[in-house]
Amino acid sequence: MSEPLGSPVGGLRRPRSATEVFLVFNRLALQGFGGVLAVTQRELVERQRWLTPAQFLEVLSLGQVLPGPNIVNMALMIGDRFLGWRGAVAALTGLMSAPLLIVLVLAAIYRETMSQPMVAGALRGMGAVAAGLVIATALKLAGTLRTNPMGWKLAAMFALLTLVAIGVLRWPMLGVVLGLGGTAVATAWVRMGR
Amino acid sequence: MNELFFGAHGVDAGVLSSLFLHFGMLSLLAIGGAITTAPDMQRYVVGEHGWLSDAQFTSSVAIAQAAPGPNVLFVAVVGWNIAGLAGVAATLAGSLLPSATLAMAAARYGDRYRDARGMRAFSAGMAPLTLGLLLATGWILTEPVRDSLGAMLLVPFTVLMLVKTRISPIWLVAVGALVGAFGLAE
Repeated sequence: MSEPLGSPVGGLRRPRSATEVFLVFNRLALQGFGGVLAVTQRELVERQRWLTPAQFLEVLSLGQVLPGPNIVNMALMIGDRFLGWRGAVAALTGLMSAPLLIVLVLAAIYRETMSQPMVAGALRGMGAVAAGLVIATALKLAGTLRTNPMGWKLAAMFALLTLVAIGVLRWPMLGVVLGLGGTAVATAWVRMGR
Repeated sequence: MNELFFGAHGVDAGVLSSLFLHFGMLSLLAIGGAITTAPDMQRYVVGEHGWLSDAQFTSSVAIAQAAPGPNVLFVAVVGWNIAGLAGVAATLAGSLLPSATLAMAAARYGDRYRDARGMRAFSAGMAPLTLGLLLATGWILTEPVRDSLGAMLLVPFTVLMLVKTRISPIWLVAVGALVGAFGLAE
């Protein structure tokens, strides 16, 4: 388990104001084409150093098991833990406001151009890159499994089983999270007791 | 112009409240992210009510994926296509309010008990699942382009560039758009 968010370990820093939270989330949202996760990891962990990789994965895990948009959940939780509800509001509005405006303008333009082959082709190419970005983010975070209390072998096995169940077998998410996730949490619980 | 601001169906309180309630309900079922609820949204707005055509729904998702920002914004495009700006307010508020309230409550609870063994076991146990879900999402996102060699080469290229260099993802997306626009991802 990692340290509380914002604790001064390993050159971590914390945002000084709600404005800074707004600006950082605004900037990462505007860079986030085809999903914001990869760029969120880069900005918050590598550039701003607000979070360690393990803390990032912890917030991501919580954001993923909670219902709702993962990135929105993460933004709310990170903003809230640093600066309370003002931080949460700053993170959410920073994340959403500019992209919302852009996406609506784009929707108006695409309505006219969607049938053109170049536009359709560009969307396909961007879709392929979006897939690569998600996979790369997972690989970057995989190192944190080394310090998992279950031991890295068991942790990697749970990751692989999840990949197969959801990605290949296409089992319903709810059952996989409850079944496999419950087993993993129970395993971690038992291992920690030793 | 009228369709631009008021959508295909204009502002109708019944439509707006149905959108808000249904998207709000889906928001609480959206374990693993907003995109996992897209099939049910499609069933509701296209199949059940006929507010949008199939093509309109699919392009709403594609536009949001091509635009910067969270993928959940596809619900805003869906709402906009149905009922203009009022539709945006209805679908976005529905998709965000219930789950945001829950997330904040859960985060504060989790923070208070973060050192309890149960919480530590929870985050240790869920971490590998999260990684597995990310890999699965990446794999599923390749589905529409698996028949294209060019597009499937873009995937490992992107992974390699992001892991080995400090290049911003925005440039990789631009490469993908260019490659696709010139017909190399067909």
